[in-house]
Amino acid sequence: MSVLKATDIMLAFGGVKAIDAVSFSVAAGEILSIIGPNGAGKTTLFNVVSGVYRSDEGRVELAGEDVTGLPPDRLAARGLSRTFQNLQIFQRMTVLENVMVGRHLRERCNLFADLLRLPSVTRQNRATRDAARAQLEAVGLGTSADKLAGSLDYGACKRLEIARALAAEPKVLLLDEPAAGCNAVETRDIDELICRVAAQGLAVVLVEHDMRLVMKISHRILVLDRGRPLADGTPREVRDNPAVLAAYLGSHGAREAGRA
Amino acid sequence: MAWLSDRRAATLLVFAVIIAALPLVFPSGYYYRVAALVFVSGFAAIGLNVLMGQAGQVSLGHAGFFGIGGYAVAIGPAHLGIAPWAATPIGAVLSAALAYVVGRPILRLKGHYLAIATLGFGMLVALVITTESRWTGGPDGMPVAKLVLFGWRATGASTWYWISGAVLLIGAWIALNLAETPTGRAFRALHDSEVAARVAGIDVARVKLQAFVVAAVYASLAGSLLAMMNGFINPDQAGFLHSVELVTMVVLGGLGSVAGAIVGAAVLVTLPQLLTVFQEYENVMLGLIIIVSMIFMRDGVVPTAARLLARRGQP
Ligand SMILES: Nc1ncnc2c1ncn2[C@@H]1O[C@H](COP(=O)(O)OP(=O)(O)OP(=O)(O)O)[C@@H](O)[C@H]1O
Ligand SMILES: [Mg+2]
Repeated sequence: MSVLKATDIMLAFGGVKAIDAVSFSVAAGEILSIIGPNGAGKTTLFNVVSGVYRSDEGRVELAGEDVTGLPPDRLAARGLSRTFQNLQIFQRMTVLENVMVGRHLRERCNLFADLLRLPSVTRQNRATRDAARAQLEAVGLGTSADKLAGSLDYGACKRLEIARALAAEPKVLLLDEPAAGCNAVETRDIDELICRVAAQGLAVVLVEHDMRLVMKISHRILVLDRGRPLADGTPREVRDNPAVLAAYLGSHGAREAGRA
Repeated sequence: MAWLSDRRAATLLVFAVIIAALPLVFPSGYYYRVAALVFVSGFAAIGLNVLMGQAGQVSLGHAGFFGIGGYAVAIGPAHLGIAPWAATPIGAVLSAALAYVVGRPILRLKGHYLAIATLGFGMLVALVITTESRWTGGPDGMPVAKLVLFGWRATGASTWYWISGAVLLIGAWIALNLAETPTGRAFRALHDSEVAARVAGIDVARVKLQAFVVAAVYASLAGSLLAMMNGFINPDQAGFLHSVELVTMVVLGGLGSVAGAIVGAAVLVTLPQLLTVFQEYENVMLGLIIIVSMIFMRDGVVPTAARLLARRGQP
């Protein structure tokens, strides 16, 4: 059964359809990749599904319930987490605090208790800090915990976003180009991390330009081109699809995918 | 001494020692009054800093809440038979309620738009205070009854020094508490990235409102305190210039720094007193000093100083 299902999503910016009639679904433990050339509408689709944008048409279901048009915080409370292609880290907070914010939904938050910092708040803080630290270790940022997040390099920020998203213990994880700007070693770590969280039962939707990574870890792939679905299938099916080769992979991409 | 390694406790201890020791170097009783003014303004600035420094939302109308607190302790005893000590929390509750009602629509706005909307709010409060002269004494202001606690009358500069010093410490304690809690982290998160905060499950509208209400209550309490200390209040307390002064304290001292809010208040309260030697050029000098400090200490006095100290501490 699918955890996240989007049906016939359409969103236009000033008359131009950024995405049009796009549908997908992803099940627990599955890794679905969404690929396509620049401007194909991948990030826009993520923004619709995560509630940042409202679509003009279409329907989004999370765990079997209609969640179309819900704001991001309500979707997060229902188990949807994401990262951003254009980094959205909390620059003036420490790396550890960034991940602690990721645990916001797992914390009890009461203004008066917090103003007085009651013993219960201190206790909860300790638990949150431990959980956040464990999450940082998992993405290999354990030694940077107390640095200011604004001082991290690009690849580390990408992993910090993953740690923050995972800290919420979501059911669905949307990753927008998690390996961008990462070197080969970091990319392999991310690849292992994604497979690990999927094996734990998370539904993962991955947007990524690194074809080797995509071909290797995806269970299914959806190809978008200029806002419209172009192909959908297993990595092998997508790779052998002539329309995809023509529109997207090109000779260079096809060669890379062939090696994967 | 594990509690000393806690930065919050260490900061509070430093504040307490300074407040306790300051009178030892006062050459005259007049300085008690100046220091008490610093403490009251510092208290209001700490609250505004929760909104501006932590949550990243500006308010150019915060003196409106200051005025509500002030006029609560003026009008309550004079017209309604409410004791001054009771009028203080009543003013705070009124301010909180008003902040809640006004904040809901206003805080949807961002940046300049929010600044203008809060400015409008502040002007509205000042206008009401000025025109409702039957209750408020109009532009001339009105006297404020003395604070009486269990039969003891709070009068004299040194008495108010200790009262405002204690209140300042409590205000600093609460603001320091907040920073490292789920609420405080939510404030700071939305300051840096609203969309990431929302995706992390933070109800941004609600959290902004909380910061606005907290800051309003701080301002209201400071207004009550100042009115009782002065025994008098006029509409300037609620006016636009006072709002700007409060914002300047926060930015000059350092956004997000509790110590910065107090330092900013100290600068803005004491500089005019020091600059009286320049006579008619007093305001020009004040403006110049603020401009120059913002150019050379963009992050504010306290964060800049802290960075310099940290750099010197390194081998
Ligand atoms: N907020 C917006 N306002 C107007 N147009 C937008 C907006 N966001 C995206 N677009 C347009 O929608 C189209 C799809 O953009 P989107 O960012 O979703 O592409 P993408 O597939 O993520 O591309 P990339 O691989 O470069 O990240 C583009 O033509 C883009 O210019
Ligand atoms: Mg994109």
